[in-house]
Amino acid sequence: MSAVPGTPAIDYRVPKRRHAAATFVLQQPLGAAGLAVIVLMIAAAVLAKWVAPYDPLSVAYDNILARPSWDHLLGTDNFGRDVLSRIVYGSQTALSVGFLASILGSTLGASIGVASAYFGGRIDMIVQRIMDVLLSFPIIVLALAVVAILGKNVVLGVDINLVIAIGIPMVPKVARVVRSSALAVREMPYIDAARTAGFSHARIIFRHIVPNVTAPYLIMLSAFVGQAILLEASLSFLGLGVTEPAPAWGLMLSGSAIDFYQQAPWMIVFPGVAISLAVFAFNLFGDSLRDWLDPKLKL
Amino acid sequence: MLRYIVQRIVLILPTLLGVALLVFLMLRAMPGDITDVMFKGEGGSVPPEVIVAERARLGLDQPIWVQFGKWFWGLLQGNLGMSMWTGQPVAYEIAIRLELSLQVALMATLLAVLIAIPLGTLSALYKDTWIDQVIRVFSIAGLAVPSFWLGMIIILVLLTLFTWHPPLTFTRFTENPIANLSQLVWPALAVGYRYSAVATRMMRSTILEVLQEDYIRTARAKGVFERLVIMRHALRNAMLPVVTVIGLEFAFLIGGLVVTEQVFNLNGIGKLFVEAVTRGDNTLVQGLVLLVATTFIVVNFAIDMLYAWLDPRIRYR
Repeated sequence: MSAVPGTPAIDYRVPKRRHAAATFVLQQPLGAAGLAVIVLMIAAAVLAKWVAPYDPLSVAYDNILARPSWDHLLGTDNFGRDVLSRIVYGSQTALSVGFLASILGSTLGASIGVASAYFGGRIDMIVQRIMDVLLSFPIIVLALAVVAILGKNVVLGVDINLVIAIGIPMVPKVARVVRSSALAVREMPYIDAARTAGFSHARIIFRHIVPNVTAPYLIMLSAFVGQAILLEASLSFLGLGVTEPAPAWGLMLSGSAIDFYQQAPWMIVFPGVAISLAVFAFNLFGDSLRDWLDPKLKL
Repeated sequence: MLRYIVQRIVLILPTLLGVALLVFLMLRAMPGDITDVMFKGEGGSVPPEVIVAERARLGLDQPIWVQFGKWFWGLLQGNLGMSMWTGQPVAYEIAIRLELSLQVALMATLLAVLIAIPLGTLSALYKDTWIDQVIRVFSIAGLAVPSFWLGMIIILVLLTLFTWHPPLTFTRFTENPIANLSQLVWPALAVGYRYSAVATRMMRSTILEVLQEDYIRTARAKGVFERLVIMRHALRNAMLPVVTVIGLEFAFLIGGLVVTEQVFNLNGIGKLFVEAVTRGDNTLVQGLVLLVATTFIVVNFAIDMLYAWLDPRIRYR
């Protein structure tokens, strides 16, 4: 195509499109760092069999409370078990419970939030009162109560009831945020249009409302993974979460660890570092994801 | 305004009723009861008649609605019932431990405010500089470090440096202020770090938001000293959301104390709660949950009132 003489040439090139992942890394370096740690942890959890130098359960009474050395990089515990291997295997528990609980909690919460906003009126009133009741329990108190009621139910190495106990306290928080987003969407003209066209409730909800509240849903979901890991560690620490001999970070800090303060500080230092690092990475990533997707969202 | 206050107070009641009902039903849904823990715990054999008699004494043999009715009737008269384990009134069991937990909570709040307000302000004023980055990493880390582990690390450090050990008994402030403070400042620090992190982040983001306001630009354009702009215009307006966060987190500190009190060997509300749950002492658990939920609801209400007082632009109807 030739330009008309006398007019400035127009640049027809389409601006270069970067992949979404690439823009995220460029705009949110801290978030990308968090993501890198998360990926490393997932790799360690999946490949634990090859990454961990020892069997996390193998007891060696001739080598208890050994200092960190080349043989045992992070030392051994009071049963002679390798601390590094237990931390590597512990990441399986932390990640599976963390992800499953926050997926469960946010999905349930988002469903309640959308339904409550869409149907409004009396249903909304009742649902909001129930959420108020749930919100007035401190998270750990609610989780403790659920653990106490449900007991243990291990499926494929994951305690499903623990996942439920950690997921439930998140429900009212997600429901609140998603409800307020959905309320705004509900007032949009295209919803009226869809209703006038005679679409079913299900179609309006899933085709028109749900896609518009996925950003807050994803943000809440990612923000909760870290909290879920922290909560699992706290419950296990109290002896109400994962139980011995399974390797879990909170469990490594509970019980006898406290008696070996002076002799074996590595027993309490390293598992705590693992918890903090994991939660830190998820929080960094979640924060950046929020800044990137929806900077105005208040959690 | 008065109408609004009355309305709010009226709405508190169904929420509390919901909490009471929910916690009661949840606890009764648990398999087994306190007699299992009392008699079957050590593997000894207790004649079944004894268990039946004990259950009758505690009223556990009655239908669940009768049990709830009795408990709720007492509640309406301000009676939380008797602890099933110790036989003492629930109110007494809580009262003797409340002072300790309350003091730790207040100290943690004070620490959090003292840390959060300057750090959050600095972080906002020096946004995207190294100062901001350091403060942000410090506060995100505060959300990541488990308070019980921080407590263990504090004990570990104090132990190696000063051979300090958490005292076995609680010293009242009125008995010996120094001993009292040196005992409680560490748990307060362990829970306060997280608390300060939450408040710092809120402080930063609200200051950043307030600095965008027209009145800040006007003040600057008038030639008001920058320090005055920050102190009088920005900080004052940024305090509202921070007050909210501080208030809400205060109510939840009781929950945070559940784990931290174990580490520091403190006989407070948190430890009582874990004991009550593991023993199946239902009346005590109900009393504690109601206490925490009431605190949360009342604090929430107080914050809204404080809002109207701090910000004359807000008028509730």
